[in-house]
Amino acid sequence: MQDKKDKGKKTEARVRMREQDPAERARNFKEVPFGYTPEDAKAEASRCIACKKPKCVEGCPVGIDIPGFIALIKDGKFLEAARHIKKKNVLPAVCGRVCPQEEQCEVKCVKGKKGDPVSIGTLERFAADYEATQGEAPVPDLPPPNGKKVAVVGSGPAGITVAGDLIQKGYGVTMFEALHKAGGVLIYGIPEFRLPKAIVDREVNYLKKLGVEVRTGEVVGATVGMDELLGEGGYHAAFVATGAGLPVFMKIPGENLNGVYSANEYLTRSNLMKAYLFPEYDTPIKLGKRVAVFGGGNVAMDSARTALRLGAAEVHLMYRRSKQELPARAAEVHHAEEEGIIFDYLTAPVRFNGDGKGGLKSVTSLRMQLGEPDESGRRKPVPIPGSEYELAIDTAVVAIGNGPNPLLLSATPDLKLNKWGYIEADPETGKTSKKGVFAGGDIVTGSATVILAMGAGRKAADAMDKYLCSGQW
Amino acid sequence: MFEIKSKEVFAADIKAFKVDAPQIAANAKPGQFLVVLQGERSERVPLTIADFDRKAGTVTIVFQEVGKSTYEIGRMEAGDRFMNVIGPLGRPTEIEGVKKAVCVGGGIGVAPIYPIARGLKEHGAHVTSIIGARCKDLLIFRGLMEAVSDEIIVTTDDGSCGRKALVTEPLKELLEKRAGEIGLVMAIGPGIMMKFVAATTKPFGVKTMVSLNAIMVDATGMCGACRCEVGGQTKFSCVDGPDFDAHKVDFDLLMARQRMYLEEEKRALDLYLEQTGGRRHAR
Repeated sequence: MQDKKDKGKKTEARVRMREQDPAERARNFKEVPFGYTPEDAKAEASRCIACKKPKCVEGCPVGIDIPGFIALIKDGKFLEAARHIKKKNVLPAVCGRVCPQEEQCEVKCVKGKKGDPVSIGTLERFAADYEATQGEAPVPDLPPPNGKKVAVVGSGPAGITVAGDLIQKGYGVTMFEALHKAGGVLIYGIPEFRLPKAIVDREVNYLKKLGVEVRTGEVVGATVGMDELLGEGGYHAAFVATGAGLPVFMKIPGENLNGVYSANEYLTRSNLMKAYLFPEYDTPIKLGKRVAVFGGGNVAMDSARTALRLGAAEVHLMYRRSKQELPARAAEVHHAEEEGIIFDYLTAPVRFNGDGKGGLKSVTSLRMQLGEPDESGRRKPVPIPGSEYELAIDTAVVAIGNGPNPLLLSATPDLKLNKWGYIEADPETGKTSKKGVFAGGDIVTGSATVILAMGAGRKAADAMDKYLCSGQW
Repeated sequence: MFEIKSKEVFAADIKAFKVDAPQIAANAKPGQFLVVLQGERSERVPLTIADFDRKAGTVTIVFQEVGKSTYEIGRMEAGDRFMNVIGPLGRPTEIEGVKKAVCVGGGIGVAPIYPIARGLKEHGAHVTSIIGARCKDLLIFRGLMEAVSDEIIVTTDDGSCGRKALVTEPLKELLEKRAGEIGLVMAIGPGIMMKFVAATTKPFGVKTMVSLNAIMVDATGMCGACRCEVGGQTKFSCVDGPDFDAHKVDFDLLMARQRMYLEEEKRALDLYLEQTGGRRHAR
């Protein structure tokens, strides 16, 4: 039997997912890995030794019973595995793909001490994808409506989690999304080749089947005010999860030249508006031949790899520190390297140069060296005097982070903000300074991960339930 | 929702819709804009709200057909629906406390200046309006503007209606006569017109505001496509504006950024007209 043989011999090396060939995938928007076959999944699942005190679960922000679902996969009970995960995580197909497992569950896996940790993320992804091939997910038995209404503002990972949790507790839930398509960063931010949009649509549709009312194109703070929702709107509580959606620029000369994009704009054009299918879709995007992306996080990797897929001949990723300090996931860096992204380390732009007609011609940068560690613990980049150099580019994408989007916040002045301008919320409950209003995700923490936003959503949903049952703020 | 209740054709390429959008109509204030999406594959097109009727629950949009999206929208008829209409967005125009105002509208810009003129009037201001177009056929909203203005001056480039002049000529004369009394000059029109309005009012030191029509994607502060420079600072037209101090705006940058996708726009329009058998407007 395959299982027995694996137990004995193949314990150290994990079963790897097959992937599209780098040269080929760098020119299409299809998903990079193919995922496990059922045989792959069983083989990998059998590497799990089902620890009595599973460390992996401690590393999971939403506390999935990891050994439990892996045991089900091992026994070929794939559907049961998916449903077991869903008890704790409403978005397994998403999290299996975009969670940083290497620093959460997998880093704690005891198998990792001697060899590869169990591929928990890939197994989670497998179970969720398998479930999707088995027709529509059945709607669980829901408690009768309890007559209370909740407004969820924002339809990203935090909002989806709260909506999913509260609808299953009997609340009436309306999820408001400012854009015309629900899913938040999963739709506008993360590219198709890393997270197929069909998966996000499936999850949102599932919420609708559970009874969540999804209202797209409604901007809370503009179309309808928070007080209006809580007053005449008849909502008993609200959860604000509007994300960290205000792009930060570098404040260097030439940044407003045509051809200089924020990563938000570049990715929104490509992902949400499907500009990579222009003119079949109406929104255009500049198809740069020589592109530079500034930043070193996952968003920078997504932008660089998008540029390549849009047909760029050369894509540079310019980062002011060295490879060790890159905040992006190692797997994403590896994918980008394989596809031919040129990593220019220890360099910081000082100005963009124009072509005299409003367009971008080049970027002038300074070489850096690493000095003493700064407050983040990473070694601080220090410019090398006289090291200016010019790189010819026609497109630039600035991916150095986001700030809090001011739209809802300025329209809701009684929502107290912290010194960075994010909403001040209790980390355990999501409670804000405004009665009945909870918040979570990037609008509280600043840019973080999908799963942390979901974790915050889970805690807030519990706290909202308590508040709405007891009436105690 | 988002059904077109009525359509008005001002010229072959300038059209107006009254659209059913009760929530937007209920909250709209002068100077704000909205975003329309015709269908699943459409662009998000930002348009200034040209009128709103809270009772009827409608908003009015006026647009000029210049690219594929606006040509396509122009072919919609009463009874058709937009997939989505999003708004009201942007900060409203500050109209309170103004005693004497001059509203300058050029071309299609006369439409969005209308609710501002009306708002000023309702707040007790004396309103002088200067509206201009290239020729008589392109002059829109004249009757509406007359109804909310104490005084109105009409100009056309070719003299086919009103005075043969650019809007800046009567504006300058007005300022020469009574610059001291004028609390606000509000101008909306093509970038070049707003630039010259700003240059005209600057020597007189009269507060002048313009509404910038930058290219946008989400129009809620998320993408930064609409960035402009005001007093040397980068601002987002969608959430920081669309109104800005005309004397501080870098209009050359605004106009350069508006031209960013000219090639793509031409390609999309050519293809659309080829596929649908339409013809390009002469202008």
